[in-house]
Amino acid sequence: MSLSVTALPRARNYEALPIAIFLVLALAPLAASFGAETYLLGLFTRVMIYGIAALALDFICGYGGLVSFGHAAFVGIGAYTAGIFSAHGITDMAITLPVALIVSALFAWLTGTVCLRTKSVYFIMITLAFGQMIYFVAGSLSPYGGDDGMTLKLRSTLFGFPVLQNDRALYYAVLAFLLVSYLLLRAIVSSRFGRVFRGARDNPTRMATIGYDVFRYQRVAYVIAGCLGGLAGFLLANATEFVSPSFMSWQRSGELIIMVLFGGIGTLHGAIVGAAAFLLLEDMLGGITENWKLIFGPMLVLIVLFARGGLLGLAQSVWERLRRG
Amino acid sequence: MAEPVPNPVLRIENLRKNFGGLVVTDGVSLDIKAGELHAVIGPNGAGKTTLINQISGTLEPSAGAIYLNGEDITALPPNKRAELGLARSFQITSVLPRFSALENVALAVQARSGSSYQFIGRADRESALNDAAMEALTEVSLDARADVLAAHLSHGEKRALELAIALAMQPKLLLLDEPMAGTGPEESERLIVVLQKLKGRFAMMLVEHDMNAVFALADRISVLTYGRILASGPPAQVRADPAVMTAYLGEELE
Ligand SMILES: Nc1ncnc2c1ncn2[C@@H]1O[C@H](COP(=O)(O)OP(=O)(O)O)[C@@H](O)[C@H]1O
Ligand SMILES: [Mg+2]
Repeated sequence: MSLSVTALPRARNYEALPIAIFLVLALAPLAASFGAETYLLGLFTRVMIYGIAALALDFICGYGGLVSFGHAAFVGIGAYTAGIFSAHGITDMAITLPVALIVSALFAWLTGTVCLRTKSVYFIMITLAFGQMIYFVAGSLSPYGGDDGMTLKLRSTLFGFPVLQNDRALYYAVLAFLLVSYLLLRAIVSSRFGRVFRGARDNPTRMATIGYDVFRYQRVAYVIAGCLGGLAGFLLANATEFVSPSFMSWQRSGELIIMVLFGGIGTLHGAIVGAAAFLLLEDMLGGITENWKLIFGPMLVLIVLFARGGLLGLAQSVWERLRRG
Repeated sequence: MAEPVPNPVLRIENLRKNFGGLVVTDGVSLDIKAGELHAVIGPNGAGKTTLINQISGTLEPSAGAIYLNGEDITALPPNKRAELGLARSFQITSVLPRFSALENVALAVQARSGSSYQFIGRADRESALNDAAMEALTEVSLDARADVLAAHLSHGEKRALELAIALAMQPKLLLLDEPMAGTGPEESERLIVVLQKLKGRFAMMLVEHDMNAVFALADRISVLTYGRILASGPPAQVRADPAVMTAYLGEELE
């Protein structure tokens, strides 16, 4: 891993790239209106939703060194909160969204208290274990579809208005959530809190001996990441109008890690690029052949192995080589 | 043995640590007064680092007690001990490699200046933190290298950075574990000058193999062998102690 991963404004394109990413996302629906609009809007909505979840994972993983293999659990919790409320006829997001965030935060707090006592591989294994636990819990909720999951009768409303019913409205709402999540995490990473969190990744013993209770800082960061995972899940339930235990399977957690590595770990905007690249490739290759995973798998391995900084790192080194001629 | 001093900054009582059957700290008791520099010397494997680890809280003793300014800190975690004014350096350099020298020190300043649960506002632009950090860097003559990533500093510079981090904590007690280890003669000389300047400001425990440094700086010396204090007293007395001569110092003092 490159040493400058968290040295903050390092590349000149540090500002340009995120701005470009959000511009593209803001304009994408216009382009989509010339083509298969519903399909493209849906695809990009999912890209942004997974972008939020991947951002959160990049925050704890890329800046805090906490490699969670159970991050999809939070996506599932957010989705199921929306789904279960909806099954009881409650769709107003003034109620359901805060509840989704609170439940995610509680789950993060409780599991974080256990997970964060462990390190490295043990941390990976125990986050995976908690992820699987919540996966099986969801599968056993027979009133809510059990293993098959359930469809939502209605997307979330706001103070009674069906604000997300239109696909475009949903798209822009998700974009707004993505932007806020991104800006929030960016602020946190360079704040006092973020500096302690990053320091704890570099050298927890040193941080403890200068006076920081590393565990507490990490737990707060884990809760922040959990909340954003829950937000992503809440939005996913709205976008797909469906929830199922598969949202929180370990494969999903693995995919989130791949998205983070894919885009370039420890950059935040890289997580959005990674989510886009992952879902678009999956979509394209899936259209070509049924065995798309046979192509996709080796591609992922190559990118992660040879482009240490992910796609962004790859693009940057190609760009620098071109400029030097 | 040392006669008890009133109100020591550090008091260790009958400290004991064993790793399985291996006794590494064997009933160590010692006091360090305010402003005193207490050197601990002894051959490799004598248990000096283990002793420092127990005082700073990164290692739990098997028995005994540790008091900092009269408060029993034996059961406190390292961060609480740091809050009470205990700072340390590490024998094996322990800094934050991905942070600049300035930020390494600024983090130590930040720990003592209000809450770190602040989620907005760039910490690296807080001039109060940076100014205090710069002051500590200047004391160890590292100010010119403030913006260099710690990973890219030379070994000697990293040793100096360790010291700056500890200084920025405004400690009441500073534990130094072989601060000169692996540095060249000029760098050692410079560190001795820095420590000379710091002497008296706070209590210090200095673990060091460099006998020039030890005899130039120490008010008291304890000799540790096999986890036991073999002798303890002013430098002249320890130098003349026949048991010390045979057990450890030997030819180094001729
Ligand atoms: N974590 C540990 N587990 C087992 N033995 C240890 C451990 N740490 C140190 N030791 C042993 O304790 C003894 C003292 O080590 P140390 O305190 O590092 O000595 P010094 O700093 O005086 O050279 C050595 O024999 C060392 O091998
Ligand atoms: Mg040692």
